Amino acid sequence: MIEHAITPNLVFDVSHMFAGGLVLISFLMLYQDRLYALLNVFALQAVALALAVAWQAYAQDAPHLYVTAGIALVFKALVIPVALHRMVARLGIHRQVETVVSIGPTMLAGIALVALSLVVMLKATPAADALAREDLAFALSVVLLGLLMMVTRRNAVSQVVGFMSLENGLILAATGAKGMPLVVEISVAFSVLIAFIVIGIFLFRIRERFDTVDVDAFDRFRGGRA
Amino acid sequence: MIASLAALAFNPAPVILTIPAVAAVLLALVPSYRVSAALNVSACALTFLTALALLVAPRIAGPFLIVDDLNIVFVVLNTFVAFTTSVFSASYIGHELETGRLTPLHLRFYHAMYQVLLAAMNLALVSNNLGVMWVAIEVATLTTVLMVGLYRTEAAIEAAWKYFMLGSVGIALALFGTILVYMVAQPVVGEGPDGMIWSVLMKRARDFDPALLNVAFVFLLLGYGTKVGLAPLHAWLPDAHSEGPTPISAVLSGLLLNVALYAVLRFKLLLAAHPGTLAPGPLMMAMGLASLLLAGFMLYRRRDIKRLFAYSSIEHMGLIAFAFGLGGPVANFAGLLHMTMHSLTKSAIFFAVGHVCQVKGTQKLSDIRGLTTSHPALGWGLVVAVAAIAGLPPAGVFMSEFLLVTSTFAHRPWLALPLVAGLLLAFGALMLKLSGIAFGAPSPGSDKVKASHLPMTVHLALVLVAGLYLPPPLVAWFRHVAGLLG
Repeated sequence: MIEHAITPNLVFDVSHMFAGGLVLISFLMLYQDRLYALLNVFALQAVALALAVAWQAYAQDAPHLYVTAGIALVFKALVIPVALHRMVARLGIHRQVETVVSIGPTMLAGIALVALSLVVMLKATPAADALAREDLAFALSVVLLGLLMMVTRRNAVSQVVGFMSLENGLILAATGAKGMPLVVEISVAFSVLIAFIVIGIFLFRIRERFDTVDVDAFDRFRGGRA
Repeated sequence: MIASLAALAFNPAPVILTIPAVAAVLLALVPSYRVSAALNVSACALTFLTALALLVAPRIAGPFLIVDDLNIVFVVLNTFVAFTTSVFSASYIGHELETGRLTPLHLRFYHAMYQVLLAAMNLALVSNNLGVMWVAIEVATLTTVLMVGLYRTEAAIEAAWKYFMLGSVGIALALFGTILVYMVAQPVVGEGPDGMIWSVLMKRARDFDPALLNVAFVFLLLGYGTKVGLAPLHAWLPDAHSEGPTPISAVLSGLLLNVALYAVLRFKLLLAAHPGTLAPGPLMMAMGLASLLLAGFMLYRRRDIKRLFAYSSIEHMGLIAFAFGLGGPVANFAGLLHMTMHSLTKSAIFFAVGHVCQVKGTQKLSDIRGLTTSHPALGWGLVVAVAAIAGLPPAGVFMSEFLLVTSTFAHRPWLALPLVAGLLLAFGALMLKLSGIAFGAPSPGSDKVKASHLPMTVHLALVLVAGLYLPPPLVAWFRHVAGLLG
């Protein structure tokens, strides 16, 4: 029996665990009220993503997915959080996570979004195999929670983190789709990188101009112009 | 015969990608402003000529590139407007350099980015792969984000940030939709790259799972619809148009919105190829009408001339989405024609507006008066262009709007009411604003324009000619494409 330790059931359970873990960590991110903590939780999500992708690479016997896992681990779990850490420190904004909506309603909205994505995805994919459809439902949850975070946060850094966690959901979806060509995964990682450069430039310009990265300052500046 | 032989020996499709790519590298290296402006114009001219060669070249659907009747319309229009805009850009940016609003280093960056944007848009149009098309649209978005922020003022940074955030969310939703399409295709065409090739997908679409394909289309419509500027996801558009350099407003309105629309149309074709899917029409019509009505009302309250015409772009993209949503040979024909006419007219308007802002030194509508007296060529050019975009005959926009309204009355009479109401609303607003800008006693501030009026004149001439006479080959071709779109 031991030689059959990796049964289809186990493959399913482990993928399920990792994908569910990503959703859980998304909720953790919604809950954070300090920037440093938020960045740490984001790094944790990237690690979970790397594990999920690596497991898919193993289960689907698709070695190119290990590259995706590596990119997630190096860039999203290490380079970007460290860089954002330093940026936050330099800007002196580590205490600022001003939310538009308070934590309680945000969490409720998050739960509603997860329910929504489960309903939509499970209804739409009765024909697909169970692993793919549940993966997709979890991935959509992560995407929607990232979106929720972008909407409910005012601070530009936390909006960026929300966007990157949204992209984590997309990578989870892409790896769940069996045999999806490599071009997409690399391009996603690549776009994150470019996006990060853009963001880096912008954060400093915003700081330069407004002395804050609070998006509210934009509104004050805009004044009457509709 | 000779043309077709020459075309066999020479495949123009990869060339329209390599010219801008090479030009981008060169432009990043050339320090002199005059040389780079000339280089920019000639690269665009070459790309346009190559795109014309596509017309006689054989239609191809290889593993990487696809050239069919649908995307040739877009490619030719794209490269043509890019070329005229580069001519306008040369005189516009020269002025910005003299007044010190931009430094030579910014200009190097600007010119290189202009070509990267063109390469990305062309790639999005001719790529046969859903994933590559997505990447190309993403690259186009990022380059325009950087260009919108070029002036580095508070407003420009704010606009770029908003554009970046909303654009990225849109593009992320589109990627999710793309992944779903692959998941739909994978059980039918097998694992691997085939599941993302347009020509393969279109052939096998009948066997796809309709439920998941529907969900995918909703994500794709929302995602790429954000980039088209359809309500309620249009919020980035007015800011991005009003704060960036004016040539970029022209390129955004005239081209990039079309490229995103092209993506939506491709997926609509995919849905149309499957009998069991939901009709994509009502969704597109709803978003189109919402954009039209919203823009119609918003136009009245604008105080900034570039924002005014940005809202007008939302209005017209709404009309085009409505037309394609309505479907049928007449409405699709109207949609294609309207898209072409809108690109030409709107970029002409932005050419005029760019120079107006330069001579008046402001974008405020209240500070711009009596242009026809102080700057006759510019003023009357703007009058003609705005009359054309508002849908007055004999401009081509009138013809496409007329076709659309007739077709709506024929097929969905109850939708014709909001459609006509939106058109009239927008017409009233544009006329109201135009009379203030163009007539009456001129406002102070009348620097000499060192503008080339050529791009504007050419565009307006084309729009007027199209309103009076459409060449039969063009009509036949648009009819054929309209038939394809179902």
